[in-house]
Amino acid sequence: MLFHAFLFYTFAAVLIGAACGVIFSRNPVHAIMFLVLAFFQSAMLWLLAEAEFLAIVLVLVYVGAVMVLFLFVVMMLDINVEAIRRGMTRYASLGIAVALIMAFQLVQLIWLRSGTETLPGAFEAYPEGYSNTKALGSVLYTEHVYAFEIAAVVLLLAIVAAITLTMRKRPGLKVQNISAQVAVKAKDRIRVVKMNSEKKR
Amino acid sequence: MLEFLANLIPTFIWDIWNSLPPLVQYLTIVTWKILFVMIGVILIVAFSTYFERKVIGSMQARVGPNRVGPLGLGQPFADVIKLLIKEVVIPSQSSKFLFVIAPLLTLIPALAAWAVIPLNDWYVIADINAGLLYVLALTSIGVYGVILAGWATNSKYAFLGAMRSAAQIVAYEIAMGFALVGILMAAGSLNLGDIVRAQAGGFSHWFLLPLFPLFLVYWISGVAETNRAPFDVAEGESEIVAGFHVEYSGVAFALFFLAEYANMVLISSLTAIFFLGGWASPFEGLSFLSPLANIPIIGLLVVGGLHWLFIKMAFFMYTFFWLRATFPRYRYDQIMRLGWKVFIPVTILWIAVEGVMAWFEVGPWAGLTG
Repeated sequence: MLFHAFLFYTFAAVLIGAACGVIFSRNPVHAIMFLVLAFFQSAMLWLLAEAEFLAIVLVLVYVGAVMVLFLFVVMMLDINVEAIRRGMTRYASLGIAVALIMAFQLVQLIWLRSGTETLPGAFEAYPEGYSNTKALGSVLYTEHVYAFEIAAVVLLLAIVAAITLTMRKRPGLKVQNISAQVAVKAKDRIRVVKMNSEKKR
Repeated sequence: MLEFLANLIPTFIWDIWNSLPPLVQYLTIVTWKILFVMIGVILIVAFSTYFERKVIGSMQARVGPNRVGPLGLGQPFADVIKLLIKEVVIPSQSSKFLFVIAPLLTLIPALAAWAVIPLNDWYVIADINAGLLYVLALTSIGVYGVILAGWATNSKYAFLGAMRSAAQIVAYEIAMGFALVGILMAAGSLNLGDIVRAQAGGFSHWFLLPLFPLFLVYWISGVAETNRAPFDVAEGESEIVAGFHVEYSGVAFALFFLAEYANMVLISSLTAIFFLGGWASPFEGLSFLSPLANIPIIGLLVVGGLHWLFIKMAFFMYTFFWLRATFPRYRYDQIMRLGWKVFIPVTILWIAVEGVMAWFEVGPWAGLTG
């Protein structure tokens, strides 16, 4: 139990440190790497709570895909440290206000959920053979199947909409005809000519 | 066999062992297990560089390395020592911390994924329930090292290589993930050991036959994920010199090299586990072969075990080299088209086909009820 608590506080401390690093690092690429570290640490906290499916999917989706695309975009920015520092002081008050509102809401929610009773000091231990994947799957596809499917359709709609926004007709666009390229045979490109050998004079 | 080995150890060592606290015993066993797997993987990586040069050499009617040691077998060690004593040059305008950490970020996921890979029926470091997801998550974060190396170097060639690699890996990861959904449907488990056990019973029970399109998609996506020829546009030595690792030298380059080969070994083993029954023997379930099981060497071919996983892995490693010696590099737009417009529709279609197969209870779903 002591070991458990030690792990929890280590991961939580690194998580908070990484989250601060996202805000305070001058270079956007460094900020992204701090965010990746923060995602990893929250995945570790979920693993401690025996939610291994959620933890690994967090790493798979956010670290493996979303942050790679973020990095892809941010890498190509022309980094101007002066401009970033000016923005920092300008938006600091707004940021602090948002942080305070979120902290207030969180405290209120925990207060509401727990009532007057004291919160448990550790994660609940699950019985032997508990599988987070099975537990999630068995409710996601039975009780919450409509909400789940509707969320999926909404996401699909968003993908289609985003792609449609980029599909504008541009004049003079050169497009390769892949099927024509694949169908090319050797005789379309080279011509074998039969001729007699030339005589040396 | 194990009891015989246990009797060889003197009793006082057993007494010391039994007096240790359980946590220490557990940690010792796990450390040794990790050590054995890591040494094995690194040796396989070292000799696969030799294997590659010999295979490509023979395909191009050359001899290949034959100077260092008997048959040139010392060549990998000569290469490693040469790289270790070279100077590591750090470009002056680079982001130094990220430049140094990038090779580690490619190597660590490639080695960490071995934690869940079952080498035989009982030898697996961590037998976790979500093993398949863990492998997928780790193979997807290997791209960070490549992207960061390209960005931190502060060179245009490296940067172009990093961008090509990022787009390519994101594209092929989706097809890879969908192919694994097909495995999940057939095996009914995320645990890699259970996936292999679901294929027990010889060649005809392997997922290779009912999931053949997914096998092709997974294997080709694996070649693309490891940035190997014909998908090695991230390196593309003819147009962008060496891509993301153009400024790396000495040990830092050796780490990239090690990571690339470790990833190849990993993808080969995973393909063997998912589609070729992992450690299982293809001759399982053939009753006329069962008397052979007691003969010393031939018997090993009939029963399953680590050697079968090794043989299958070696076959896929050979295929990697074969592809490299055979095909010219893909054009970049063709890579993107293959990933997004061919592989993803194929996997989605085959998942639907699998649904129909499960409904009519054919193939791996035979005998399931409800």
